[in-house]
Amino acid sequence: MQIDELIENFELLEDWEDKYRYLIDLGAKLPPLPQELQSEEWKVSGCQSQVWLVPEVVMENGQKLLDFKGSSDAAIVKGIVAVVLSIFAHKTPAEIKEIAVENIFAKLGLSEHLSPSRRNGLSAMTDKIRYYAEVL
Amino acid sequence: MYDIEQIRRDFPILSVSINGHPNTFLDTAASAQKPQCVIDAVSQTYANSYANVHRGAYYLSEEMTVKYEQARAKVRKFLNAASEHEIVFTRNATEALNLVAYSWGRKFLKPGDEVLISQAEHHANLIPWQILRDEIGIKLQIFKIADDGSYVADEFLGLLSEKTKLVSVTAMSNVLGTVFPIADMVKAAHRVGALFMVDACQYAAHRKIDVQDWDCDFLAFSGHKTYGPSGIGVLYGKMSLLEQMPPYQVGGDMVDTVSYDHTTYALPPARFEAGTPAMVDAIGLGVALDYLQNLGWDNLCAHEEELIAYTNAKLQEIPGLKIIGTAADKGGVFSFDLNGIHAQDVAFILDKEGVAVRTGHHCAEPLIKRMGYTSLARASLGLYTSHQDIDRFVNALQKTQSFF
Ligand SMILES: Cc1ncc(COP(=O)(O)O)c(C=O)c1O
Repeated sequence: MQIDELIENFELLEDWEDKYRYLIDLGAKLPPLPQELQSEEWKVSGCQSQVWLVPEVVMENGQKLLDFKGSSDAAIVKGIVAVVLSIFAHKTPAEIKEIAVENIFAKLGLSEHLSPSRRNGLSAMTDKIRYYAEVL
Repeated sequence: MYDIEQIRRDFPILSVSINGHPNTFLDTAASAQKPQCVIDAVSQTYANSYANVHRGAYYLSEEMTVKYEQARAKVRKFLNAASEHEIVFTRNATEALNLVAYSWGRKFLKPGDEVLISQAEHHANLIPWQILRDEIGIKLQIFKIADDGSYVADEFLGLLSEKTKLVSVTAMSNVLGTVFPIADMVKAAHRVGALFMVDACQYAAHRKIDVQDWDCDFLAFSGHKTYGPSGIGVLYGKMSLLEQMPPYQVGGDMVDTVSYDHTTYALPPARFEAGTPAMVDAIGLGVALDYLQNLGWDNLCAHEEELIAYTNAKLQEIPGLKIIGTAADKGGVFSFDLNGIHAQDVAFILDKEGVAVRTGHHCAEPLIKRMGYTSLARASLGLYTSHQDIDRFVNALQKTQSFF
């Protein structure tokens, strides 16, 4: 799903309960991450639950783009992973650097719903994505 | 008579609203909330009688020293130790455990000696001994607990031998709630010539301790878990042992004479209190222990016992909820699995309902693994926990289930 579409969908949801239910739903609909990728190598540290992010480089018209697969063993965080994957899907390293994730989460109406530890998880995820954008 | 509503009013934080809901604080095992009298003691000390202890020959320093030593006397009474000299102030239980491992362990343990702990230990009562194992070559023995979290005497006695030099065990598990029969265990340890250290971190806030009755050699607890300030903890040690132990840290306030060639150390407890201590926190701790004891142990225990039974009954009514740790003798600690829902998801939703529970491995990772989990949610009770708290908790758990 495109991030704009996600923002629209979230705008329709009024309270935290609906937003959480939708988040959990988004997480549940993520394509399953193969067991062998749920490994230490792809684990994002700094999250309370286990989170994995796996980068993939695609070349298009001589331009380098990044895509990510990911998952979590916790349902709400898995929904957050789904949102993060939409935000960073198919972007160039330069674009990845520019994206203001916090703002997008504010637009989704999720920032006030994110507890400090989850926010840490979110920033650990975006740090990892930015790291991959730099080194790959 | 235990007037729970009156008692709850002593804790200002309980009337703070959380996410638009009443504050349902079920994480007392991690750290307890503070009664107004403790908060006042700390702020009034800073406002009216603050100076460094043991140093200045002037009014405020004298007064502060007296109050600090009065706090020590209160801890002595709380533990029923034989002497105030057996009470060492530390930062927390972790420091007290490390102190014994570092000071007593390094001096008295030799390769091949054994330290015996249980499977239910907090990392603070595991890692210091692992380090001694790796540095000195002692053997770290770990006795098993039952699947329901109970103590199994045969497992303990089976590993206890002449080689055992120290047994170090929690009196109440912070994950399972299991209460260990410390008095019996101490007797068995002493029969083979081993010393006994009690991690009383959880126990101290819930049941009366008598170190002379237990006859334990060392005991640790944290002020912040006994309704006192953070930053202050206690090591109790028998004088005959403390006397033989070298300092753990060195510096000011713990020496007898110092020259450039040589230093002789002060007697315990000063020997183990290098530098300016957490003196205001110690004073706060003294007030907290008074508060706790003034409630009356019988009243407090009766309240908690009844509430534990109530919580057990209520939780058992929830289909799909499994309590991890169901020993017959247990404290108000309820680790649980709810329909296999990740503990963090449970905690997120409970938090939205104003209910605070802890999640993760609770600084006892090997224990959580042994019970078959990687992460657990835990609700824990305190002296101010009410039936309404438990009802709100149960409602929030049912709401959580509706999400999955
Ligand atoms: C059984 C037990 N031992 C030791 C500790 C460590 O206490 P502190 O962090 O206050 O040093 C705790 C705290 O969680 C505990 O529950």
